[in-house]
Amino acid sequence: MVFSFDLFINAVVSGILIGGFYAAVTSGVSLSFGILDIVNIAHPAFIILGSYLAYIANATLGVDPMLAAIVMMPVFYVLGSGIYQIYYISFEKRGQESLRGLAFFFGLLFITEVTLVLYFGVDYRYVEAPYIGPSWHVAMLDIPLRILAPCLVSLLMTAALQIFLTRSFLGRAIMAVAQDQLALRLMAVDPIKIKRIAFGISIATASLAGAFLIIIQPVEPSVGREYIGRIFAICVLGGMGSLPGTVIAAMLLGIVESLTSTFYGPSWAPAVSFGFLLLTLAVRPAGLLGR
Amino acid sequence: MRTPLFVLIWLLISAAVLAAAIALDNDYIFFAGYVVLQYVVLGTAWNILGGYCGYVNFGSAAFFALGAYSSVAIYRFVTDNEFYNLPIPVLMLIGGIVSGIVGFGMGYLTLRLRGAFFAIATLALAVVLQTLVVNWDYVGGSRGAYIIRPEQIAPIGNYIRYLFLMMMLLAVAAITIARLIEHSRLGYGFASIRDDELAAEASGVPTLRLKLIATTLSGVLMGMAGAPFPYYIGYLQPSSTFGLDYAVNSIAMPLIGGTTSWVGPLIGALLLGSLQQIATVTISSAVNLLIVGFLLVIFVIIAPNGIVGLIHTYLQRKPEDFVGRRRIEAEMPGRVP
Repeated sequence: MVFSFDLFINAVVSGILIGGFYAAVTSGVSLSFGILDIVNIAHPAFIILGSYLAYIANATLGVDPMLAAIVMMPVFYVLGSGIYQIYYISFEKRGQESLRGLAFFFGLLFITEVTLVLYFGVDYRYVEAPYIGPSWHVAMLDIPLRILAPCLVSLLMTAALQIFLTRSFLGRAIMAVAQDQLALRLMAVDPIKIKRIAFGISIATASLAGAFLIIIQPVEPSVGREYIGRIFAICVLGGMGSLPGTVIAAMLLGIVESLTSTFYGPSWAPAVSFGFLLLTLAVRPAGLLGR
Repeated sequence: MRTPLFVLIWLLISAAVLAAAIALDNDYIFFAGYVVLQYVVLGTAWNILGGYCGYVNFGSAAFFALGAYSSVAIYRFVTDNEFYNLPIPVLMLIGGIVSGIVGFGMGYLTLRLRGAFFAIATLALAVVLQTLVVNWDYVGGSRGAYIIRPEQIAPIGNYIRYLFLMMMLLAVAAITIARLIEHSRLGYGFASIRDDELAAEASGVPTLRLKLIATTLSGVLMGMAGAPFPYYIGYLQPSSTFGLDYAVNSIAMPLIGGTTSWVGPLIGALLLGSLQQIATVTISSAVNLLIVGFLLVIFVIIAPNGIVGLIHTYLQRKPEDFVGRRRIEAEMPGRVP
């Protein structure tokens, strides 16, 4: 194969853009798995749920999918808090989160997927918005707006989350709950309440991530499964709960995936994230920016 | 009960079931029964790692598919070169070895870390293996592979009955292995890992080695269960072979049955497996998967020890407890926990 510089640069740029989107997809898991230590493998299912809600809003009311997702965020927050409450009472309190807690989330993932299949079928759904379709041509670069827009909003969301976690009282309490629950309790803060809020926020990000997903590609219920490997690979590589690390890892994975699909064919791309995951676990389990 | 006696009893039960099925003379029973028995093996195999050691494997479909696709690869090789086709037990052995090796490798890379990493890696394994199979034209790629099943086989006659018999023997082998583990040093080692890995490590239990043994053994059994599958189904397709239903079923069956002993996965698989066979015929296959998902979530929340646990508490309940509870409740309303 003749190595083409044009192709290479375009692949890198689209990898960075896709990586920005991956950051949004992963930031929720960085919060739940990285900080709270809740292995929420059902996160991709909530993202797909977000995609379908954005699709319904777009198809019936003609609302912009991202706007619809932002409006839906409080609903996802409540859903997340409710799920954490069940999780806490049934598993964390009894000390059974490792086996039965995981099975619980797996069950949620499965139920969501099968319900969506029963209701919407396995047809691909897509949304319509002014920025889907056109693209910018800068020199030899070709930047599709349908990827650029989610990427920018995603980076904005991740930055807002980072500022919230490091600057606000609540955010600092969330970071503290990961380190020492007892100390937090001595400061007269209820760690369970903090965790419930944090988990709610983590699920709320899935609403927006779902809208990004359906803007970037057509969605059917089992698409989420491809994201499980990606999400956790990025989360681990980024250093478990470090949002700047998540963004760097997301872009790295985006670039490598994009290069793989440009030079070897898109059907190989899903294997990349798994390679990343195994490599990180074998070489540096603490991740790039791990504490 | 001694192991030879245990095996003998199960072989007798199997013979009785086989005789009854032959007496009914309906091939559907063999088709449905094969799937139920396959789930007995998958559930038992999952439980060796999940129930005994406490490590969750979400990649049952991947290990199962490894067995199935090794059979397809061998079938292709044999038909291309016009060799004599290998018998099912040999295919099972090969599928088991391939699957076991992958299980060992996965475990070696991830089991030294926290349990969650292993679970996530197994979840991703299914996606990656599916990618490999889709890109591998020799075993059919994304189009799938056809296998022509022989109509008859010498001593037994109908081929589906032969497959049923093979799977039944594998199921007996699987529950015997599970029971052997339970009452051995290995089983106590597993239990110590499940209850407190740090304490086990500190007391000199070689935790990594035991975990690797469990992962490999579990992988071998899942691969063996998958090996005859192409011959059963006739047409193997990546998206259905790697489907979530195998993963969810092999987790749901032990968790619903009970994870602490070999009886749990057996009960869970027989119950859920038969229920699904009935529901697939009477309602629809998507709805029956939904039922399994809901049962899984409800059981892990309400009955953490499964059906076996429920029966256990029911048997240990003493009548005076009830009298005592009532008396306390009468004296101090609302104080009974």
